[in-house]
Amino acid sequence: MWLKDSSIGRKLLMSISGLFLVLFLTFHLVMNFAMVFSPEKGGAYDAICGFLGANWYAVAGTLVLAVGFLVHILYAFILTLQNRKARGNNRYAVTARPKGVEWASQNMLVLGIIVVLGLGLHGYQFWAKMQLPELAHQFGMCIDENVLSNAAYGSYHIAQVFTNPIFVVLYLVWFAAIWFHLTHGFWSAIQTIGWTNLVWLKRWKTISNIYTTLVCLGFAFMAIWFYFTLQ
Amino acid sequence: MDKTINITLKVWRQRGPKEAGKFETYKLNNISTDSSFLEMLDILNEQLVNEDKEPVVFDNDCREGICGMCSLYINGHPHGPDSEITTCQLHMRRFKDGDTITIEPWRSAGFPVIRDLMVDRTAYDKIIQAGGFVSVNAGGAQDANAIPIPKRDADLAMDAASCIGCGACVAACKNGSAMLFVSAKVSQLALLPQGKVEAARRAKSMLAKMDELGFGNCTNTGACEAECPKGVSITNIARLNREFIWAKLKD
Repeated sequence: MWLKDSSIGRKLLMSISGLFLVLFLTFHLVMNFAMVFSPEKGGAYDAICGFLGANWYAVAGTLVLAVGFLVHILYAFILTLQNRKARGNNRYAVTARPKGVEWASQNMLVLGIIVVLGLGLHGYQFWAKMQLPELAHQFGMCIDENVLSNAAYGSYHIAQVFTNPIFVVLYLVWFAAIWFHLTHGFWSAIQTIGWTNLVWLKRWKTISNIYTTLVCLGFAFMAIWFYFTLQ
Repeated sequence: MDKTINITLKVWRQRGPKEAGKFETYKLNNISTDSSFLEMLDILNEQLVNEDKEPVVFDNDCREGICGMCSLYINGHPHGPDSEITTCQLHMRRFKDGDTITIEPWRSAGFPVIRDLMVDRTAYDKIIQAGGFVSVNAGGAQDANAIPIPKRDADLAMDAASCIGCGACVAACKNGSAMLFVSAKVSQLALLPQGKVEAARRAKSMLAKMDELGFGNCTNTGACEAECPKGVSITNIARLNREFIWAKLKD
């Protein structure tokens, strides 16, 4: 299969899965803004959480998303290992980053690992307390009443996490890593598909900088906003 | 009178492909800033020969920036600290008195060291042999004006064709990828009517050969473009990606 056997195919897998994750991030951001406008229990944000819950379409979406993450992360490691091997046995004694080469582009794996660590924390704080217990309950497992009654209320979990300054800082670091990762990743994904030329390469770089900054500022704003308004 | 400088060189010495290499330090005095970098290395070798030592092996040929033979990795940059020139076009006026200059070979699995600073770049020839040509039935060439080509395409093809196959892109790439070279060689033909006929087959077979020879996967860092002595653009890589993905989707 050329998608895994050729270098461009492997990159295309990274590119498509990456763009899919960017799309997901956008939906996530839009959804979160409901919490800014309607933070009360049973408000707009909780309505969205209730609508998604452990319904079949939300579970299907989660599965597709998980596959996207797995492909992206798995190939990140495969490609990095192959590329290190291609570099040969001896490293350069002196290296310099040439002009015009972004720092992020040469450190995508490290940034990605920070993003995955953040994802672990985020999944533990939200998914494991919302969709997971509901799913487990549907499959007939015995779940604590307290946990189950709060599972549909995203507002409760947001208040739990973002009133703690340590978590606010951790999330801000996470957003910063995502910013670096995406400023390179976005246009790089487009380049891998081949949708660039001398004019559009510059445009895509600018678009990815603006887009990534907006998304990360949006998330960062909310983390800080929740800290001050939900005390 | 010429301005002269005293410099220290840290040069990679390696007796053969299988042997371990190490850096040797040499001092050179009274080097004219008007001399080229390769002339400076000639002076070093003369000094080594006079001391009954083995001279440093390095590739060079035309010494005017068009043959693609010279290949040194100088102070962290392929072809040295200047942009859009080859090593042979680099001059000692670029360095200061008392500088230490580190000279390494291209380091990549696709380009094994033959000796000292000389690497084996036949991998590039193999990639060209895999499809970097236009098959022509023998016979009289037709009049060039009979095939109109848009100016833009002609310019882009010419820019891609300025690649001299020196390997600086592979040397600069943290992934040891040869995508800039392959994409330039695919683009210079794919843009022209004579090359379009075999475009799909060419993209597939040249890329397969590149992968087979142990070059890495492109991650769009753009280091190749920044260090390319001919300023070949990474938009050629986008064109190769397009050609390749289309060819595979059609199969």
